[in-house]
Amino acid sequence: MINKEIKTIEEAIAGVKSGMTFMFGGFGLSGIPENAIKAISNSGIKNLTCISNNAGIDGFGLGLLLEKKQIKKMISSYVGENAEFERQMLSNEIEVELIPQGSLAERCRAGGAGIPAFFTPAGYGTEVQMNKEVRVFNGKKHILEHALISDFSFVKAWKGDTAGNLIFKGTARNFNPLMAMAGKITVAEVEELVPVGALNPNEIHTAGIFVQRIIKGDVFEKRIENRTTRKKN
Amino acid sequence: MALDKNGIAKRIAQELENNTYVNLGIGIPTLVANHIPKNINVEFQSENGVLGMGPFPLEGEEDPDMINAGKQTITTMPGAVLFDSATSFSMIRGNHIQLSVLGAMEVAENGDIANWKIPGKMVKGMGGAMDLVASSENIIVAMNHTNRKGESKLLKKCTLPITGVNCVKKIVTDLAVIDITLEGFKLIERAPGVSIEEIISATQANLIVDGNIPEMIL
Repeated sequence: MINKEIKTIEEAIAGVKSGMTFMFGGFGLSGIPENAIKAISNSGIKNLTCISNNAGIDGFGLGLLLEKKQIKKMISSYVGENAEFERQMLSNEIEVELIPQGSLAERCRAGGAGIPAFFTPAGYGTEVQMNKEVRVFNGKKHILEHALISDFSFVKAWKGDTAGNLIFKGTARNFNPLMAMAGKITVAEVEELVPVGALNPNEIHTAGIFVQRIIKGDVFEKRIENRTTRKKN
Repeated sequence: MALDKNGIAKRIAQELENNTYVNLGIGIPTLVANHIPKNINVEFQSENGVLGMGPFPLEGEEDPDMINAGKQTITTMPGAVLFDSATSFSMIRGNHIQLSVLGAMEVAENGDIANWKIPGKMVKGMGGAMDLVASSENIIVAMNHTNRKGESKLLKKCTLPITGVNCVKKIVTDLAVIDITLEGFKLIERAPGVSIEEIISATQANLIVDGNIPEMIL
């Protein structure tokens, strides 16, 4: 087995440069690569194109990169909940491409799977369709969407082994497996890093072949964006 | 009297069919889960990657790794399953979900829906709404009949950027249940104590009123 374990987050993000395209796993604040985001924020690199379903919140997640104006372009499906983002977007300081969530997921999957483009009905007849090829299949109109790949994909998993095999927990899986596939270099940060052989092969969600570097994350704050509970009875 | 949010949700819950998979959008649609009729078994899908979504957790049992598409903390039911976003939208796009309930800012008489953008003001994004409306075989919209300014949200043509074309099948508002037919909006039921005239005056598009229109039974 190839040993992909990296000891420090600085080494894990080595090679990142201004102007690159990054993917960040996560949905809302669930399953985001907190440690990589902090390290990229500290690195000070700029003009980044960031592909992520959401844009974090003020002061946490991708909000950290927005604050320091490190992001040139954001490709997302939903960017609410972030006042600084909305300000930069409405004042045209940041370029934003909003795409349907399912198309975003599939574009990442396709990028990793060697499918250059695909047709989907999502977005037909809307602004999303602009300048895209339309074709009719089974009597229904579809638009052509292209695959996405990244220079670096930053993903977060629950457990991983030193070969890069990953297991996710709960709904923190979301975009992580797809973005792991679509990265030229994929950096996985995990809560628990175990030796090769310690994970049951039947239970691995992402095969280590999609992961180039793996690190046990220093700190996982795992903030809750919208805490909802019920009372007993 | 016009219904409140829970009234709208309760009426939509009557549309649930036994042994089906259902996706509930953010806002009023989420409340539908609180009003499932007793003899009906449905499984709720949330597009961030869970099928078999349960109620909110008990206080102190919230898990940051277990949320719904509204980023609310949730639980799972026995038999629930977790998956990635591409699998989730395979369920949606592949038509494995029987019903999708969404909120809307505008609905047009041809079934077009607008619910993701107010140019220059609110640009939060479409999330999964465009995928849902493009593929679900049955789409019910839950919304108030008029907006905060008192303007009708049931229009001849949407004025806001649309989310999908010719897709909405039924609308449940605080005033009425309305089907979308080839001829346009058709009034099916009135909220208790709301007159046909009130509904017509709150509807910008033409409203087909055919025979006696019963009150909703809630």
